[in-house]
Amino acid sequence: MSSSTSPVSLSPSRRAWLRFKRNRLGYWSLLVFSALVLVSLCAELISNDRPLIVRYEGQTYFPMLKDYPETTFGGDFETPTDYLDPFIQERLSQGGNWALYTLNPYGPATLNYFAKAPNPSAPTAENWLGTDDRGRDLLAQLIYGFRVSVLFGLALTVTGVLLGVVTGAIQGFFGGKTDLAFQRFIEIWSAMPELYLLIIFSAVFSPSVSLLLILLSLFGWMGLSDYVRAEFLRNRQLDYVKAARALGVPNGQIIWRHILPNSLTPVVTFLPFRMSAAILALTSLDFLGLGVPPGTPSLGELLSQGKNSIDAWWISLSTFAVLVVTLLLLTFMGDALRDALDPRKADQ
Amino acid sequence: MTAPLLDVRDLHVRFGDKEVVRGVGFSIAPGEKLALVGESGSGKTITALSLLRLAGDAAISGQALLQGRGDLLALSEREMRGVRGGDIAMVFQEPMTALNPLMTIGAQIAEVLTLKKGLTGAQCAQAAIELLAKTGIPEPARRAGSFPHQLSGGQRQRAMIAMALASEPKLLLADEPTTALDVTLRGQILDLLSDLQRQNGMAVLLITHDLNLVRRFADRVAVMEQGVLVEQGAVAEVFGAPQHAYTRRLIASQPRRDVAPADASPDAAPVVRTQDLRVVYPTPLPGIRGWFRKGEFVAVQGATLALGPGETLGVVGESGSGKSTLAQAILGLLPHAGGLQVGGQAWQQPAMRNTPANQQLRRRVQVVFQDPFSSLSPRLTVEEIVGEGLQVHEPALRVAERRARVEAALAEVGLAEAQYPRLLQRYPHEFSGGQRQRLAIARALIVQPQVLVLDEPTSALDVTIQQQVLGLLQRLQKEKGLSYLLITHDVDVIRAMAHQVLVMKDGAVLESGSVDEVLNAPRHPYTQRLVAAATATAQV
Repeated sequence: MSSSTSPVSLSPSRRAWLRFKRNRLGYWSLLVFSALVLVSLCAELISNDRPLIVRYEGQTYFPMLKDYPETTFGGDFETPTDYLDPFIQERLSQGGNWALYTLNPYGPATLNYFAKAPNPSAPTAENWLGTDDRGRDLLAQLIYGFRVSVLFGLALTVTGVLLGVVTGAIQGFFGGKTDLAFQRFIEIWSAMPELYLLIIFSAVFSPSVSLLLILLSLFGWMGLSDYVRAEFLRNRQLDYVKAARALGVPNGQIIWRHILPNSLTPVVTFLPFRMSAAILALTSLDFLGLGVPPGTPSLGELLSQGKNSIDAWWISLSTFAVLVVTLLLLTFMGDALRDALDPRKADQ
Repeated sequence: MTAPLLDVRDLHVRFGDKEVVRGVGFSIAPGEKLALVGESGSGKTITALSLLRLAGDAAISGQALLQGRGDLLALSEREMRGVRGGDIAMVFQEPMTALNPLMTIGAQIAEVLTLKKGLTGAQCAQAAIELLAKTGIPEPARRAGSFPHQLSGGQRQRAMIAMALASEPKLLLADEPTTALDVTLRGQILDLLSDLQRQNGMAVLLITHDLNLVRRFADRVAVMEQGVLVEQGAVAEVFGAPQHAYTRRLIASQPRRDVAPADASPDAAPVVRTQDLRVVYPTPLPGIRGWFRKGEFVAVQGATLALGPGETLGVVGESGSGKSTLAQAILGLLPHAGGLQVGGQAWQQPAMRNTPANQQLRRRVQVVFQDPFSSLSPRLTVEEIVGEGLQVHEPALRVAERRARVEAALAEVGLAEAQYPRLLQRYPHEFSGGQRQRLAIARALIVQPQVLVLDEPTSALDVTIQQQVLGLLQRLQKEKGLSYLLITHDVDVIRAMAHQVLVMKDGAVLESGSVDEVLNAPRHPYTQRLVAAATATAQV
């Protein structure tokens, strides 16, 4: 018997994962992307205008956790310390004093009042990727902008998937009038001009990331719900569902245990593509100035700066590179995922 | 012996590193009827396809010498196109998918005529109609203008045959030409092939899993098992004195009757009883009317039956006769009108609701479906699948108790941990069709039902597996006194299993009675035809 020859029994999702791993490009994309996200999650420890630790006259300070007035370090004012100030830096390196700076000593909104080059400055030893037209460090902006983009993309994907799966499942499972009503609603809803609504809302409310998330979520679930609906319509009349009904399994459990796990293939396949679409949507809205509020690090805003000062090639080039790499990694992952879940592909 | 028309020597076919045909060799004389027999996965279809080099990205080696053409496997792709549909034509299993749905039958035949014989316009149309007439399609002139979906299954297969014959091939490859058809049509199509073969003097390679067809049709037979040709010879010889163990097993796989006689006491209360059962499906009405009302399609009308304890009631009928709808109504999965009682109790309406009373009934009547691949959820383990009934009906069971019950149910259907290590943690894809069907039976048995509805339980299985599963069902019936409602189109299975028979057509019950009465002395003309078709293929 063929079945008794295989020693370990693998669940379908485990087999899909093994198939995914065999796709080297997709697998490495996943690793690199995860690493990038992890790094950007600890952005504060990598790119910050405050040092990690300061040892000043026998005392230890943690400027990231607490604001210290400049007077602490021998300054004249009660204002929070500007650690980029050459005077403070000098005080912190005198005698036994020392300060451990982050790898890139600038935050996303840090304005360096003591910069040597005019803004925007081309890459220098101080600003590795140069500065933007307000003198903010570009590397810091990219790190934080990447984080905002990815987190926003994740959040939008999760809400879109949840809404899409729930509505698709309800339509597909119950069919009939429920399905009809939902379908008509979706048709009307999808006919709303999304971009105009965004412009109107960004004029009415003060723009914020969460408002943007809600608005985009409201329109982002419909494509997915169609797929899930189709899968449910197909799966609910398969014999294993009929057998479960004949056993008297309640509807909720039929949906949860039997149909849903077998209907998630299109959802999972589309995840990376949805995420790259979400990142792109945020970037384009920022580019148009309809996105995140000013001051939030954003790739789209950097792109529009790059467009405005076309001579500052480092702005557009490095932002472009970050976007391309991000979207490319997601696409590679999506391709690998699609192959891994393709039932027609044999697994050796 | 005359020079062979086609001489296949040492044919190997491999997909990647999987060899599916291993060293097959046979020859067909002009005008000969050779049957290639084997179970699914034996490589018989791929053998035929590789002769035409239509086997996709398979790697083919060996020789296939066709009279007047040389080695088919060495010809250029351009020369092959002349062979395909010219010297060798093919008829496929499923005419609905083998015909182009957007072209009329006539146009599809005309296409062959234009390509192969260089006919044009009116000549083509006329020749197409003549070909259709030859295959016995009524009103061929009108039918030539029909699209595939406007024809019945039998007519579509006739049209396929007409298309294959258009180029007057020397060899016809018929790949399971009758499998997709209803029983009463199978004989007709086979007779047609025989007649045409005689008239045109062409050779036929019939690919089938159905030994009855082979007996009735072929001169010689070649038996394949797992890519190897194990035996070949004249039909009478091979069937009379099979040499290879596999051939013997194949021939001995006719369903055998081994059931306890029906309970003679007529006063035993029937476990399922219906009285004028009627099941309708809503259908959309055209136009504005359809906005407010639904039409209805009557799937079952006036069905009256009684199934006694420990008995099997066979329900026979062709596809679309309403037999599966009847089964679903009895399972309480469809709204129905008229009397329907399971164990003396009616379904609380609507029957689909899982009210406590209906849950009681669900325990009593369980189901086993036809397709063992769609009847088990691919993402649940064996333990979850088989144990689900207990979760619903005996939620108080502890995990260990439930596992013991699952193991017991699996042991009953012949699946034990000893043969299949880690059986409970396995997923359905690791099991063959027959094993999956056993899992489905275990899932039904675990709630200890009185009645099992068997909806074509063996139609999707190979003959040798079919025999094993039927044997299992017979044993379970004797041990547990189960009642079966057996739905099938296969008269042989009815003969082997049933005590009572119900014949359905177009939603109505035509005839019912004991299995001897109905099958040996059918009263209704339809039943007579059905039984005749089955016996004609079985006893030649």
